[in-house]
Amino acid sequence: MADKKKEFWRWREYNWRDESKDWKSADVITAGVDVGSVSSQAVIMLDGELFAYSNMRTGSDSPDSARKAMSWAMEDTGMTLDDVHYTVGTGYGRVNVPFADRAITEIACHARGGNTMYGPTVRTILDMGGQDCKAIHCDDRGKVSNFLMNDKCAAGTGRGMEVFADLLAVSIEDVGDLSLDVDEEPPPVSSTCVVFAKSEATSLLRNGWSTNRVLAAYCSAMASRVVSLLERIGVEKDFAITGGIAKNRGVVERLERELGLTSLKSKYDTQIAGALGAALFAKALEEKKRAKAV
Amino acid sequence: MITSGIDIGAKFVKVLILKDDEVLCRVQERTGFDPSAAAKRAFAAALSQTGLKEEDIESVYATGAGRKKAPHVHDSITDVGAAAKGIAYLQPSVRTVIDVGGEEGRAVKVSAAGKVEDFAINEQCAAGAGSFTEAIARALEVPLEEFGRLSLQSSATIPMNAQCAVFAESEVVSLVHAKTPKADIARAVHDAIASRIISMVRRVGINNDVALIGGVAFNPGFVDALSRGMETEVVVVEHPDYVGALGAALAARERSK
Repeated sequence: MADKKKEFWRWREYNWRDESKDWKSADVITAGVDVGSVSSQAVIMLDGELFAYSNMRTGSDSPDSARKAMSWAMEDTGMTLDDVHYTVGTGYGRVNVPFADRAITEIACHARGGNTMYGPTVRTILDMGGQDCKAIHCDDRGKVSNFLMNDKCAAGTGRGMEVFADLLAVSIEDVGDLSLDVDEEPPPVSSTCVVFAKSEATSLLRNGWSTNRVLAAYCSAMASRVVSLLERIGVEKDFAITGGIAKNRGVVERLERELGLTSLKSKYDTQIAGALGAALFAKALEEKKRAKAV
Repeated sequence: MITSGIDIGAKFVKVLILKDDEVLCRVQERTGFDPSAAAKRAFAAALSQTGLKEEDIESVYATGAGRKKAPHVHDSITDVGAAAKGIAYLQPSVRTVIDVGGEEGRAVKVSAAGKVEDFAINEQCAAGAGSFTEAIARALEVPLEEFGRLSLQSSATIPMNAQCAVFAESEVVSLVHAKTPKADIARAVHDAIASRIISMVRRVGINNDVALIGGVAFNPGFVDALSRGMETEVVVVEHPDYVGALGAALAARERSK
C-alpha cells in the first residue's frame, strides 16, 4: 500500500555547475533568476556561456525564493552576489527579486533562452510551466512576435500533473514513462477541470483500470488540451517545448503525435529557459552599460 | 395523490415523497460509485419510513446529473426544470434561482408559474461548484460545517484566484504558511467562489427575489458572500437541498393529473 506520508508530487531539486570553467577569469558575469509560481531557477553565465544553475520549488515568499535559488547556484564556487555584474529577474515573481538590476517578462526571456537552447531555427516555443502554459512565436534572434497563454486553469499545467501524481501515488518523474507502458492507448480523460478529472480517474480505477492506463488517459488529455491552445496561434516550424512538462515523455510524445511534428531536443535543462534568457538579456544590458561608460 | 421525486446528484441522492401538499419524507444517500444502487437504497428507505408500498406511489420522476441512471422511474426532468418548479411552489416571488451542487452550478431565470425563461450552467470547472469549498476546507483542516461560520468572523478582504480551484488551493497553502488567520482565508475563499458564480448568474440577469438552493445553501459564509457580491438579500428556503427532488415530484404529479 502507498505510504500516506510520501508526497509524490515533490520533484527533485538540484543544482549544476560546469567544473571546467573559472569564473574569476570571466569578463562579464551575469545572472538570470526566474521566480515562477511553482519553481524558481537561477542561472549564472560567464561571457554568455552557461556556468551554473539551480532549480528549486518556490516558497510562499518570492524574495526569499529568489535569494535561495541564487545562493544555491553559486554554491561551492566562492562567488558572491557582489561578483555578478548584472542580474535580470523574470517570471511571475520577477518584481520580487531583490538583487535584480532589472525585471523582464517571462515571455521575452523564454523566447531569448529558447533561441540559444534550440538554435535560431526555432519559431514556436511551447512553455509548459507550473501554473501556466504559453505558446510563443519568435524570430531567428529570439524576439517575440506573438504569444498566447493560459494562466486561468490548472488543466494543462505542471500543477495539474502534480495533483495526479499524488492521487495515483506515482513519483512525478515516473509519470511519463509509466503512461507509455500500456498495451493500447486508452481514450483521454474527458473532464477538463483537474478537480473533476480526479473524480473521473478514481472511478476509472474502480472500474479496474491499471494506474498506467489512467496515467495514459490523463497525459493524453493534457496533450489535447495544449494542442487546442497551440492551434489558436498556429505552429510554425521549428517547434520546441520548455518547462517541467517537457521532461514528461508521456505528454511530449502524445503532443507530437497529435501535431504530426517532432519537437527539437536540447542539451540544456528545459526548465531553465526563462532564467537563461534573463541571463542573456543581462549580458546585453551590461555590455550596453559598459559601452556607455567609455 | 402520492408522487415521488428522485434527485441523483454528483455527491448525494435525494428522495422526496409528496402526498397532495404534504411532504411525507425526505431521504438522502451518498451517490458513491454506483448511482443506481444509491437511488434504489434511498427509495427503499423512503418507502419504509412512510410505510408505503411502491404501488401506492402514482408516479416517480427523476432529476439530477445521474437521472438517466435512476431505476424504475416513469420519466425524468432536467435539473433546471426541477429547480424552477420546486422554487415556484415554495416561494413564488423568486425570479432567479441559483443552484450550487457538488460538481455543477446553475442559474435559472424563472416565472411565477415555475416556467424556465433562461438558464446558465457551469459543469466544466470546479471553481463554481461545491467541491471547491470542500477541497479548501480539507486543506485548512476545518470541518465543512464550521468553515462557513468561520468566514462570518472575518471582515478582511484578501484577493484570491477565483478562476481555478487547484490554483486557489495552492494559494491557501501559502496563506497558511504566512500565518493568515483561518477566518480571513475562509472569507476569501467564499468571496472567490461567489464572484465566480455571480458572473454566471449575470448571464441570465439578477432579478429579485434571488434564491439559493442545493447543499451549498447550508453554508452561511457562502450565502453572505453571495448577498454581498450581488448587493441583494439571498433567500434560502427550508430544505434547500431537496428543491430539485420536490420539483421532480411536482412534475410527476402534473403528468398524472
